[in-house]
Amino acid sequence: MVTFIIRRILALIPVLFVISVITFLLMHSVPGSPFAAEDKPLPPQIQANLEAYYHLDESLPQQYLRYMGNALRGDLGPSYMQRNRSVNDIIVEHLPPSFILGLLALGVAIILGIPIGVISALKQNTWVDYAAMFLAIAGVSVPAMTLGPLLIWGVALELGWLPVARWGSWQQAVLPALTLGLGHAAVIARLTRASMLQVIHEDYIRTAHAKGLSGQRVVTKHALRNALIPVVTVLGPLFAALVTGSMVVEQIFAIPGLGRYFIDSVSSRDYPVIMGTTLLFSVMLVLSNLIVDLSYTLIDPRIRLDQTA
Amino acid sequence: MTSVVVQKSSVSNSPQRRALRRLFRHKAAVAGGVILVALLFIAIFAPLLAPYAYDEGDLLANYAPPGERFLLGADFLGRDLLSRLIYGTRISLTVAFLGAFFSFTVGLTYGVIAGYYGGRLDSLMMRIVDVLYAFPSLLFIILLMITFKTGFGGSAIQGPVFEFITRLDARMGGVFLIIVGISVTSWVGMARLTRGMALALRKSDFIQAAVALGANDSRIIFKHLVPSLVGPLLVRVTLSIPGFIATEAFLSFIGIGATPPTPSWGIMIAEGFKVMRSHPHLAIYPGLALAMVMLAFNFLGDGLRDALDPHSK
Repeated sequence: MVTFIIRRILALIPVLFVISVITFLLMHSVPGSPFAAEDKPLPPQIQANLEAYYHLDESLPQQYLRYMGNALRGDLGPSYMQRNRSVNDIIVEHLPPSFILGLLALGVAIILGIPIGVISALKQNTWVDYAAMFLAIAGVSVPAMTLGPLLIWGVALELGWLPVARWGSWQQAVLPALTLGLGHAAVIARLTRASMLQVIHEDYIRTAHAKGLSGQRVVTKHALRNALIPVVTVLGPLFAALVTGSMVVEQIFAIPGLGRYFIDSVSSRDYPVIMGTTLLFSVMLVLSNLIVDLSYTLIDPRIRLDQTA
Repeated sequence: MTSVVVQKSSVSNSPQRRALRRLFRHKAAVAGGVILVALLFIAIFAPLLAPYAYDEGDLLANYAPPGERFLLGADFLGRDLLSRLIYGTRISLTVAFLGAFFSFTVGLTYGVIAGYYGGRLDSLMMRIVDVLYAFPSLLFIILLMITFKTGFGGSAIQGPVFEFITRLDARMGGVFLIIVGISVTSWVGMARLTRGMALALRKSDFIQAAVALGANDSRIIFKHLVPSLVGPLLVRVTLSIPGFIATEAFLSFIGIGATPPTPSWGIMIAEGFKVMRSHPHLAIYPGLALAMVMLAFNFLGDGLRDALDPHSK
């Protein structure tokens, strides 16, 4: 187990290396100066000073090594746009709302998705099943850009039950969490149903029924436990999708999260922020995949990691 | 006489025929297909159907409410919302079909080469794919968009090819580079799927039989391997189309996708959202259009999967 974890972590290094190189090259192949608009160039002396200050006059490999050296020590460099703040400051300030939003949406997805999937499977081919699966496919198809305005219009503006936007109170978190989570709830519901259907026709489920266990006990203790394995596999990518997917939701609900800041830095060409955020998201993605792989063993002891690797 | 009968029954019982019949019995798939045909019709005949041009505005009529002159109202520049929605089908469907085409062909080719030839080539090709797969694809597309959009317009990258791409992109209202971005990221998943299936199929009896009969590589690949791969890949690509459409809308929404006045639904949502309190319909209608197209492709993809793999239900 320990050697497996170490091996997996070592395997992440080349992946993150390539990601950082690609991001770095893309950022530096953009023409023009990040300090001035194209139509009003800075005086050459000031331009040169700024470039020297940010080490932009060095060769690309030098700049990359300097950047990664600092990044590995936890310093993602200064922001070009907000000269008095570092990328670290920005991440520390803007990550928590995104993280909380992501967790809430994950909660929505799991709490709605798994029961709907289970019920749908138990009532296979009844109207309950059809209705649930229609809702699920609709949920997958409605993007946050559609759902957000709809919820704001219906729940906040027409009914006036919840605030329209911004971040701080729990009332303000409800609509964003739903906007972000409902689509993923649909994905989880469909997946749970499919894997539940496979499991409930297994012999050991019939055995469990035959020895007189209650239906509820068979479902929760015997069927669900195995049916959840495929569901867990998508939780890792799902969590990463929630973090990046929160970009739209944060924009719509005016939440001061990292996704919204990322979009702002994209339009203002704040390369260190773009680079730092991309690296952070990538690390989170590969780590969440790793955690998911490790969690298999907890759910299903039959899966031995060293064999599958 | 008998031979005709035999042939007839064998045709109507071929796996393709049976799949097609299952597809047409699948209500959701048929509904999705009908919606898509209708949208395709709307996209092709947009100039005939739309009451106004998509960029034709009457500033005196800005934010005109839905009514006789503007069926669904007018936006902040006095442009007819309905006309812009109608022309917007062109953007979404272009992205859908071209994105699907590129990710299908590139993914299939790459995956077949890696899976069929195997060995060191396979591990090298798959290592590349693994790295790209770990890259959060939406971030990758955003990075590509920043580089493309500023790079091609700027001075750093030059040459006839880039000039051609820049001009093509401008003619397509900024959509061409979005399709490039989507294709660059989406083929990776297709390649992994193809490679896995090709690897398994290569050891299967019918391929081994073809090898034993002395078939060469190209015959095995094109006559045996690829036809078995097309079905599952078609399902996969159809189900990934809603993602392509959402990506285009997202990029346009945050301002690095299509360029105004291109009637991208993403742009329309972003513009309409600014006046959400007073004119909510300006953001909601394009959102509904977006959801409808995505729903249609999901329905169709689901139906295809059930039709091609009857055991999956």
